[in-house]
Amino acid sequence: MLQYSASKVALVVAVTLMGIIFAAPNLFSKATLADLPTWAKSWFKPMQLGLDLQGGSYLLLEVDLNAVYKEQINNIEESVRASLREPRIGFRNLRAADDGVYVSITDAEQFKTARDLIAKANPDSKIESLDENRLRIYVDDKARRDREIAALSQSIEIVRRRVDEFGTSDPSIQRQGRDRIIVELPGVSDPERIKALIGQTAKLNFHLIEPGVNALTDARSMPAGVMMLPGTKDDPNMYPVRRRVEVSGERLVDAQATFQEGRPVVTFRFDTAGGRRFGAVTAANVNNRLAIVLDNKVISAPNIKSPITGGNGYIEGGFSVQGAQDLALLLRAGALPAPLLVLEERTVGPGLGEDSIRDGTLASVVGAALVIIFMVLAYFTFGIFAVVALVANIILLFAILSITGSVLTLPGIAGIVLALGMAVDANVLIYERMREEWQTGRSLLSSLTSGFNQAFMTIADSNITAFIAGVLLFFLGAGPVRGFAVTHIVGLITSMFSAVMITRMLVWFWFRYSNRKSLPI
Amino acid sequence: MKPFIQFLPKDFHFDFISFRMWPISFSCILVVISMISLATQGLTYGIDFAGGILMEARAKNELNIGQMREDLNNLGIGEVAISSFGDSGKDVTIRVGEQVGDETATNKAVTKIKEKLGDSFDIRKTEVVGPKVGSELVINGALAIALGIIGIAVYVWFRFEWQFALGACLSICHDVITTIGFFSLFKLQFDLNIVAAVLTIAGFSINDTVVVYDRVRDTLRKYKKLSLADVLNLSLNKVLSRTILTTATATLSVIALVTVGGEVLRTFSIAMLWGMFVGVYSTIYIALPVLVYFELRRDDLSNTQAPAVTQAPEYERQPG
Repeated sequence: MLQYSASKVALVVAVTLMGIIFAAPNLFSKATLADLPTWAKSWFKPMQLGLDLQGGSYLLLEVDLNAVYKEQINNIEESVRASLREPRIGFRNLRAADDGVYVSITDAEQFKTARDLIAKANPDSKIESLDENRLRIYVDDKARRDREIAALSQSIEIVRRRVDEFGTSDPSIQRQGRDRIIVELPGVSDPERIKALIGQTAKLNFHLIEPGVNALTDARSMPAGVMMLPGTKDDPNMYPVRRRVEVSGERLVDAQATFQEGRPVVTFRFDTAGGRRFGAVTAANVNNRLAIVLDNKVISAPNIKSPITGGNGYIEGGFSVQGAQDLALLLRAGALPAPLLVLEERTVGPGLGEDSIRDGTLASVVGAALVIIFMVLAYFTFGIFAVVALVANIILLFAILSITGSVLTLPGIAGIVLALGMAVDANVLIYERMREEWQTGRSLLSSLTSGFNQAFMTIADSNITAFIAGVLLFFLGAGPVRGFAVTHIVGLITSMFSAVMITRMLVWFWFRYSNRKSLPI
Repeated sequence: MKPFIQFLPKDFHFDFISFRMWPISFSCILVVISMISLATQGLTYGIDFAGGILMEARAKNELNIGQMREDLNNLGIGEVAISSFGDSGKDVTIRVGEQVGDETATNKAVTKIKEKLGDSFDIRKTEVVGPKVGSELVINGALAIALGIIGIAVYVWFRFEWQFALGACLSICHDVITTIGFFSLFKLQFDLNIVAAVLTIAGFSINDTVVVYDRVRDTLRKYKKLSLADVLNLSLNKVLSRTILTTATATLSVIALVTVGGEVLRTFSIAMLWGMFVGVYSTIYIALPVLVYFELRRDDLSNTQAPAVTQAPEYERQPG
């Protein structure tokens, strides 16, 4: 039956009113909405604009998980060396390979002791005896995966701290997949400095310089446990640095950029344990040189004139003002567990964003106007019904996008414009059915009713097929294209409601109150 | 004044089905051309798929493309393609291919370009896509299109008969191949937006096909004595005014996008415009003839309980 009960009318009106209420925030300025009470803010919010509309930077980062694994292996190598050195167990051929660390114990008598010591020092790794004196220490898949997961969440945390320190508004940092991080920075139109900051591991360690060795020393006569490290950009020197980390940057609790004798420096403060250790190292090595190593480059290698006991110090490395500030920021935020690579960057400046909003709005208005004029000319009264349904459709579409916190992108606007053009299809299907039924000589009420009933399955079928395409696009599309899928899908759903329910109601009222006896189309 | 819908002929009798050889041959030729073009010159991938750097800059003062070309090509980051666009004469796009080495090299190249352009340009857009992401996007794009076609075909199979599913599938494939072929042939840039356009075209095309199929099924049940060709013709003609109106409104909205929707959406909108045409066309000349060639019979319809009307359609009877 075409007839509309009062409860159904109430339902349609209620849904439409809710649509109007939830779509309304889009009409107000941010300042007005900011005055709303807190409970209202989570309900009445405008659509979020995508970075392509409001301007901003999207970065896709990848954590170098191979480096994480390599470090895991290297740590094992170091701990094997340390645990065998103390009890003076002889060993040779200690090497780290892709599948673990290998070591041969010289004295077969001590083999068991050595094995136990190594196992104790590396509780997370597996150990196996290859023959009577060789051992392989390796990381099994589970331990490796655990470490990877930890490295990823730690990276996210560090990136978040760095970005927060940088002071951008509303940054979004999310994990994606096994090894990726998405960073979205609204309003950032030149992300070069942020990229540089994010891209640095910022691992700071204090080592000692091996005295009596210089760059000319033959690699073969190099003492064990010493490596040659380069200086920073402007420093061509190579430094003979002892591998052993005296104090690690993890012990830092604060770092600030200041000036010392007119030059930018970075002051730092250790935690209690770090301060004590730093005091001990400097006390034992007065007149030796200390190497401050950042990401395997020697920032500076000052001479230790006297023990530094307060847990404070400063780094002087010929910095620029910004260089000192960046280093201080990185030290405060902490080191990344592994290097990050920028896989993808999409940055839109504010000018282009504004242009896109303007073009998108214009296209929507022009598109809607053309469709409305066309429908009214085509069907007159019934065309106006279709237009009312269309307007309700747009309002509901905006309401759903707003309340679900969907992100509106430029392709998303294109999706809305297309939805406008396609939404009236349901009306057309219904009206054309009515016309046909009327032509076969049925009564007006019967034509109207069967127009709705017969067209319904067709409308459902055609919308569901389009829905399938939209859903796939949502799951497999990336970036702004997803915004298109969202508006497209939501548009299909709202058009089903408005074209069928609202049009039907209007047609029923028209039939009831106009006293017309023939179909006006 | 009357609403103009009443000026459309109510009883249109065009014998679409008999007149099918020409369009089908035409479609075959189009598909073959598309395939050849795809095989020989492939697609002109945009930044999303090809990887590399794409920047859009607006000159603050006079734009000297020649000078700019020389400057940027001397940076040692491979060939830099520069082209101007828009009406202002100050907008340029800068494209640089993938850099040798890893992702870091690409980022360095961006920094170099920005340094070179300096303050005389306003950089409006920067897109950097590394090789890894590029190939992933290609795979996901292809997957979305393939799964889209399969999903739609399965739904149609579920709702209709296998002949309908086959017809729907072939007609979408036709639309997708010719659309992609169009981009290959005219060397238009194929990027993520176009994948969205292709799927939307598929959606629009199937929408139209399903409406006609629905009517075909209906007509088959109603008129037991009519030959299949007549059923198809009758169904098509019955929904013709709907097809015209819906395509018109959809096309109007696409025209709004093409004309005032801006530069970013231009290729997307042009693809959609083509989709409006090809979607309707393929319903008539691919989706329906398939039913003829695969000999759809009434017994194939699983549900034939609909009230049977045995007499021929009464075109003449008009409401009094």
